Amino acid sequence: MIINHPLLGPRDAAEFVYLGDACLIDRPDWQAEDAAGKFHEYGYLRDNPAGLHQELWYHEQGDRSWLVVTRDTLTHAISKVELARDVARARGRGS
Amino acid sequence: MTQANRLKGGQIDRDTTLNFTFNGRNMQGHPGDTLASALLANGQRLVGRSFKYHRPRGILTAGSEEPNALVQLRTGAHLEPNTRATMAELYDGLTATSQNHRGSLEFDLMAVADLLSPFLSAGFYYKTFMWPKSFWEKVYEPAIRKSAGLGSLSMLEDPDIYDKGFLHCDLLIIGAGPAGLSAALTAGRAGARVILADEDFATGGRLNAETMDVDGMAGADWAAQVVAELNTMDNVHLMTRTTVYGAYDHGIYGALERCTDHLATSGGKPRQILWRIYSRRAVLAAGATERPIAFGNNDRPGIMLAGAVRTYVNRFGVTPGHELAVFTNNDDGWRSAADLAAKGVSVKAIIDTRDAPAVMDVPGARHIRNAAVVNTVGRKGLRSITLTDDQVIDVDCLAVSGGWSPNLHLTCHQRGRPVWDEGLCAFVPGRDLPPGMAVAGAANGAMTLATALSEGRDMANAQIKELGFKASRKAAPKAEDEPQECAAFWHVRQSKSRAWLDLQNDVTVKDVKQSYREGFRSVEHLKRYTTLGMATDQGKTANIPALAIMAECTGKSIPETGTTIFRPPYTPIPLGALGGRARGKDFRPTRLTPSHEWAKNNGATFVEVGNWLRAQWFARPGEQGWRDSVDREVVMTRRSVGICDVTTLGKIDIQGRDAAEFLNKVYANAFGKLAVGKVRYGLMLREDGICYDDGTAARLSDNHFVMTTTTANAVLVFRRLEFARQCLWPDMDVHLISTTDGWAQFAVAGPNARNLLRKIVDANHDISNEAFPFMACGEISVCGGTPARLFRISFSGELAYEVAVPARYGNAMMGVLMQAGKEFDAVPYGTEALGVMRIEKGHAAGNELNGQTTALNLGLGGMVSKKKDSIGSILSERPEMNREDAIRLVGFQPVNKADKLTAGAHFINRGDAANMANDQGWMTSVAYSPNLGHSIGLGFIKQGHTRKGEIVRAVSPIHGTEVEVEIVPAHFIDPEGERLRV
Repeated sequence: MIINHPLLGPRDAAEFVYLGDACLIDRPDWQAEDAAGKFHEYGYLRDNPAGLHQELWYHEQGDRSWLVVTRDTLTHAISKVELARDVARARGRGS
Repeated sequence: MTQANRLKGGQIDRDTTLNFTFNGRNMQGHPGDTLASALLANGQRLVGRSFKYHRPRGILTAGSEEPNALVQLRTGAHLEPNTRATMAELYDGLTATSQNHRGSLEFDLMAVADLLSPFLSAGFYYKTFMWPKSFWEKVYEPAIRKSAGLGSLSMLEDPDIYDKGFLHCDLLIIGAGPAGLSAALTAGRAGARVILADEDFATGGRLNAETMDVDGMAGADWAAQVVAELNTMDNVHLMTRTTVYGAYDHGIYGALERCTDHLATSGGKPRQILWRIYSRRAVLAAGATERPIAFGNNDRPGIMLAGAVRTYVNRFGVTPGHELAVFTNNDDGWRSAADLAAKGVSVKAIIDTRDAPAVMDVPGARHIRNAAVVNTVGRKGLRSITLTDDQVIDVDCLAVSGGWSPNLHLTCHQRGRPVWDEGLCAFVPGRDLPPGMAVAGAANGAMTLATALSEGRDMANAQIKELGFKASRKAAPKAEDEPQECAAFWHVRQSKSRAWLDLQNDVTVKDVKQSYREGFRSVEHLKRYTTLGMATDQGKTANIPALAIMAECTGKSIPETGTTIFRPPYTPIPLGALGGRARGKDFRPTRLTPSHEWAKNNGATFVEVGNWLRAQWFARPGEQGWRDSVDREVVMTRRSVGICDVTTLGKIDIQGRDAAEFLNKVYANAFGKLAVGKVRYGLMLREDGICYDDGTAARLSDNHFVMTTTTANAVLVFRRLEFARQCLWPDMDVHLISTTDGWAQFAVAGPNARNLLRKIVDANHDISNEAFPFMACGEISVCGGTPARLFRISFSGELAYEVAVPARYGNAMMGVLMQAGKEFDAVPYGTEALGVMRIEKGHAAGNELNGQTTALNLGLGGMVSKKKDSIGSILSERPEMNREDAIRLVGFQPVNKADKLTAGAHFINRGDAANMANDQGWMTSVAYSPNLGHSIGLGFIKQGHTRKGEIVRAVSPIHGTEVEVEIVPAHFIDPEGERLRV
């Protein structure tokens, strides 16, 4: 596979390490009412879509960026690659 | 007489004679020959024995689809089994032997299997070798493996070199036949970067095997002219002997180049190269494969595919026989017959299954229409054929053509499904091709030469246009449309003898019918029940006829019955090529510690720790074994001072305004209030609350920390810190860099540690106990200005420091430390002594941080701060992980001090049976303590913290040991920690 790194251009997937669903960005609030339940969901429950999947890849053999890659699990077609930091901020994780 | 079967002509160099041997017999051939063509030239029809029934077999094809003619090439360590004779280029001195027989090839003792064939039909193994169960592994399987099979390995290490490489192009063209050459010419002239790959050593494909004209010249001459032009183009990379074997994601193709297989020796060069080709677009022009027809005893040497016979005659100047017949269901069989006759080969009859007039005039050949071959005679070589009307024709070669199947394999590699073409009686590529791929020529069902040439041009034009190149307006090369009508005909129903479909796995028409009767009717079941198409040729010649027979049984059409799709690789890839250079010591990188040279020169024995080589102990003359050395290192360190290279521990430099807050997030314990110039032990949890890693963080300034991790997790901790920084807290002002390789770090431990260091630390740095107490850190200089860092931390439990210098000074630093330590009898110590001392001190390490244990289990429960948000803190509070009877880390010592303890032993209360129900915990680490004079251990046991003094049994059924042990505090040495603080 080839991942089109937003800063570095097309790169072979072998340069990356895969982590999993980009929902791992959405770490719950530790002081939330039902923090234990929310952390349980965060830690253990994943969707397994046949189709578009947002997932985290780490450019370990490169610039050490964490990326959010939108990949079709049926075809491996990659429709979008973003810096995970930008996605995290867009999801409200910024200060 | 040698080469009795040579004809005139062919693309071979008759001026040069190559000598080779087959089963020890001397034979001759010429450059341009394959082993198969040379064997046929020498009249060798019998070349091997079949997989299951040990039937005599010959050469069926002239290409990579060959199921039969598998031989062993070369000798000694270079021996390679299962090589297709049709793909092996002849070289002077080649040695080939036949395989899968006991005794000689001609009198195979295992041929008795053929007589037993009524008992060996499909599913035989499943039905027969069921009972008794224990016999399978020890009796049945070894016996079956020995009697069935292919070649055997040399059992020596492969002496050849294999390499891997990467290539990039605009357009990859797979196959250099008429369509591929036409495509390459079009794209090459337009300026696109083209890779043109072909598995053959000659370019031209069918043009070399046939006698058709292109642009008014002989096809082979046209191909040579095109190749000459392509060779002048810098943007075209022509790769022969290169099989593109797989179509992977995003335009990546796998290819195997056989660089030196056609030479007597590789001359130290890589034998084969596995290429990864990055293409923007691709054209598959892989041609087509001829199919056989199934009839009684259709597997005899001398029965070949018609197109292959044509290839041997035209390209290699060899006739496989002297009296031939052609058996066909299509026009192309007639074209083969005509080519043979034109070369003066006697074609006695053309047996056409169709009730139709002659397609063309073939001199000397009788046209027998509406007929078929039902049986053949000639055990080790064809002698005669019998037709449906019982007439017998004496022939020594039968050329069979059952029509052609497009080589669409690569179109299926991303789950593309072929579609059935009724007119061609074949599957053609479907619409769901791998992205970026187009198919041209016979691979696309364009079976005539003229359409192949024009499709090659058109597909290349369409592909490069999408990439922004200007399409060529030049017309495609001209050729005539040869006749190519075909009528579906798969097997001869009147045949009573066995009719073979899959020659490599010995699957017959009867097996397919039996599979149907026994309910294995889907293609996938048929494959697995009969092993059809599961041999090394992947059923290239067998699958479609078998599918047709299954369709006949079920009364459905072929597309309704199904199709098998293909997986990579197109043809077998040697494991050596997949491994490349990653073998032996080069399997993975070896990392050396900065003081490796010093250690090597001072008697170190090394141990692999991940990728690292670390000194395990330093033997001295007179020591009787490793225990002597390790005991000495421990005793002398605790008595005076010892030095150990601890560079392998991960080091992460953490800087930024939010660095302290960041550490608060990633460590379970608090770091916000750590003073500058101080170090703190840190415990990292996983988000699920289990312990992940431990280490220290030293605060060098308000915004600057240095973190250490365990050796094993150095890379992983760094990865997860980057995750925390970028994904979880993206606005924190914090930056990370791994400095594991940047600094050489040495533990200096023992009562004389400070005395030793004082001799090398520059005088302006006060390292007295008052100025530099336990858990202090600082940036200092040593040896007169060399920058260094000093940490007063201890893994051994002694007064200890870790001193770090830039890695390039590491080896020298080890020498300096040892020189300075001479007056104190300083010793270097290795990982074993390190381990003994940490067990004596009760420190947890990898055996305790095993991915199953919590802070509570480790006795560190109090460290997990509940007043802040840190990774793992919430889920570490789950009730199940905080049970009253949770296991706790404690020490163990044998009741009988002479007993040795065993790591991995489980604890059982006295009087209980030693079973899992009574399991109390397990021993994680053991060592012989030279300071205590007996074996000691650490381990987890239920409620261990409340059971001090209790005696339990440490039972290890694996080792067959059982020892009574006393539960003791984990700190065997200096439980109050006084030595650390002096």
